[in-house]
Amino acid sequence: MIVADQKPINEILGMLERYDKVLFVGCQTCVAVCMAGGEKETGVLASLVRLARQKAGQPIEIDEAAIQRQCEEEFIEPLEADGYQAILSLGCGVGVNKLADHFGIPVLPGLNTGFMGHIEEHGVWAETCAGCGDCVLHRTGGICPVVRCAKSLMNGPCGGYTDDGLCESGTGAPCAWIAIYKRLKELGLLESMTETSPPKDWSKDRFSGPRTRVREDVRL
Amino acid sequence: MKLTELIDSGKFVVTGEVGPPKGTDLSDLVKEAKTLMPAVDAINVTDMQSATMYLGSLATCHIFKENDLEPVYQLTCRDRNRIALQSDLLSAVTLGIENVLILTGDHPLMGDHPQAKPVYDVDSVQLLEIASHLGEGEDMVGNELNGKLDLCLGAVVRPIAEPLEPQIIKLEKKVKAGARFIQTQGVFDASHFEKFMNAIQHIDVPILVGIILLKSDRMARFMNKNVAGVEVPEPLVEEMANAKSKAKTSVQIAGRLINEMKDMCQGVHIMSLGWEKRVPEVLAAAGLYELPKKKKKKKVE
Amino acid sequence: MQNNVTPDETETFEPKIIAFCCHYCAFAAADLAGTMRLQYPPNIHIIRLPCTGKVDALYLLKAFEEGADGVMVAGCEEGSCHFTNGNLRAKKRVHHVRDQLEQTGIEGERLEMFNLSSAMGSRFAEIAHLMTDRIRKLGPLFGNESAN
Repeated sequence: MIVADQKPINEILGMLERYDKVLFVGCQTCVAVCMAGGEKETGVLASLVRLARQKAGQPIEIDEAAIQRQCEEEFIEPLEADGYQAILSLGCGVGVNKLADHFGIPVLPGLNTGFMGHIEEHGVWAETCAGCGDCVLHRTGGICPVVRCAKSLMNGPCGGYTDDGLCESGTGAPCAWIAIYKRLKELGLLESMTETSPPKDWSKDRFSGPRTRVREDVRL
Repeated sequence: MKLTELIDSGKFVVTGEVGPPKGTDLSDLVKEAKTLMPAVDAINVTDMQSATMYLGSLATCHIFKENDLEPVYQLTCRDRNRIALQSDLLSAVTLGIENVLILTGDHPLMGDHPQAKPVYDVDSVQLLEIASHLGEGEDMVGNELNGKLDLCLGAVVRPIAEPLEPQIIKLEKKVKAGARFIQTQGVFDASHFEKFMNAIQHIDVPILVGIILLKSDRMARFMNKNVAGVEVPEPLVEEMANAKSKAKTSVQIAGRLINEMKDMCQGVHIMSLGWEKRVPEVLAAAGLYELPKKKKKKKVE
Repeated sequence: MQNNVTPDETETFEPKIIAFCCHYCAFAAADLAGTMRLQYPPNIHIIRLPCTGKVDALYLLKAFEEGADGVMVAGCEEGSCHFTNGNLRAKKRVHHVRDQLEQTGIEGERLEMFNLSSAMGSRFAEIAHLMTDRIRKLGPLFGNESAN
C-alpha cells in the first residue's frame, strides 16, 4: 500500500490561510489503512483546523467527505465541489493530482506521501519496494536491495554494517545485504550472491519522466 | 608507478593516506605528503572522506603528480553517476594518474550535507568492471575510446566483520571485476588478520593490511563504538591510556602490528589521520624504512 | 486593587468541562463522591465510557468544538485497567491531541488525563475542583481572541 503521513498542522493552516470555505476529502484505500487520510483522520483534521481558526478569530467552514479511491475517476465523479474555494485532499499525491485535474479550484495536499510499504505492526509501516521497474527479488531472497539498502547496492554489503547487522547510516534500519545473505543461506541459494549483478537500468525507474502502462487488450 | 609493478617485483608495498582540505589551499597537504613520500610507495587521496565536502581527489592527485608525489586516486560511487565516473577515470589517465582505488563511499547521512541526494548509480563491483572495460578501449556501452587507458585498479575489504562471509563474497567479485590490489580497514589484532587471510586463501590478490595510528585511548574507544569493523583490543587501549608520550606509544604499537602481520600479506596501508610525519618512524619501527640520520650528519659537518 | 487587575468576566466565568469517565473507576468514584455528599463544581459534565480505551481524538476535539472549555479523561490507575491497557492507550491519545492543540495555539492544559480508582470519591471531587479552577483561570476557549 501507499504509506503517507499527515503534514504538520501549521503547514496545513498556512496553506488554508486565505480560504474560509473548504472541502476536506479523505481517501478510503491506502491512506485509510495507514491511518493518515481516511474518513476518521479527515474528521480529526477538520475539527482541529476549525478549532484553530476559531481560536485565531478567523472561523473557517469545512465540509468533510471521504471517497473510496481518489485515484479513480469513477469515485471522484459523484463528488460535488461547488461553492468551495479550495479542496484539501487527504489522499496520497496521486489523489491530489487527480482531484486537481478534475476540479477547477485549488487542491491542496494534507499529507506527505512517503512510500510503498507494509504494516510491520499496528502503528508501524516500513518501505519494502522502490517501484524501480526492474525487479531483482528472485536473486536476493525476496529482500529488495534497491530500497532496503540505503545505497541501493547490487553486489553485497558495503563495509559499514554494525555487529548487530544494522546499516551504517544510523537510521536503525537493518542492513539489507546481511538480511539477504542470511535468507539466501537458509534457502540454500547463496550462489546467487556470488554472481555479479550488472549495472542497473535506472531508465526504468522514475528518472525518465512519468511512467505509464498500457494494456491494449483491456482498453475500452 | 603502478602499485602492481612494485608488488610483482617482490617489494613489500607501503601506502599512506591523506585527505584534501575544505578549501582551495593545498600547500599544507603537499608539505605533509612530502614528509610521507620518502617512506611510502604511494599516497591515497581520499574522495570526500566521511561523506564530507572537500576539495576534490582528482585535482589533488594532479597537484601531487606535479610535486613528484605518487597518488592513489580514491573514487567513490556516492556522488557521481556512471557518466561522470567514466569521464573522471578518463581525466585521471590524462593527468597521468596510474593507481585508482574504488570504493562504495560513506552514505551522505554520515557527512556534513545529510540532505544530499545520494547517487550510487553503480556499486563498487560494477565500477571496477566498468574501469576494467575502459582499459579495453571501450566505454561501458561499447563506444570506442581514443587513447589508451592502463590503470592499476584497487579495492577495499573489511577483514573483521560479523558475519564475514558477505565481505569475502564481495571481495571475490571485486577481484573478478579487475581489482589488482586490496587495502583493508584498520586492523589492531594480528590473530584476527591471520584468520581473515586464511579465509581468503583461495583469492589471488595482493593484500595491503590497514594500520590506523592511534592518537589516544579516547580515540580508540570512539572507534570501537562508532567505526564498523575497527576493534582495538583492550590491552592496546590501556597502553595508550598509560602512555607518557602518546605519539611515541602510537608509533610503537603501529610498528609492532606491522611486524606481526607483514609476513602474512603483500603490503601495508597506513592511515595516519593528520599524523603524517609519524609514518616514517612507524615504518622504521617495523624495519621497513631507514630514517635519515640527521644527528650524524650534523656531527660530520 | 489587585483583584481589579483580573477582568470581571474571568471572575464570574463558569467553564463547561466535559469529563470522559471510565465505567469501572472514575465514573464510580464520581458516584461515590455524590453518596459521600462531597461538594464539587457543577461545571463538570460526565460522559460514561466502558473504558478510557474507547476515547478517540475525535471525541476530544468534538467536545471542544461543541462548546467545552476544558476536557478531562479519567481512567483507572495504571496497571489496573479492567481491559488490561485501555487507560494506557487513552494516555497516548490524550498526549497526541494535546500536542496538536498546542501547535495550533490552544492551551494544552485544557485537556488532561487523570487516573483514579472507584474508591476515590474525594479524589474525584478534588480533580473536579482542580480542573474547574484551571479552566476558569485560562478563560473561555473562544470569545477573548481580540484580547490576545
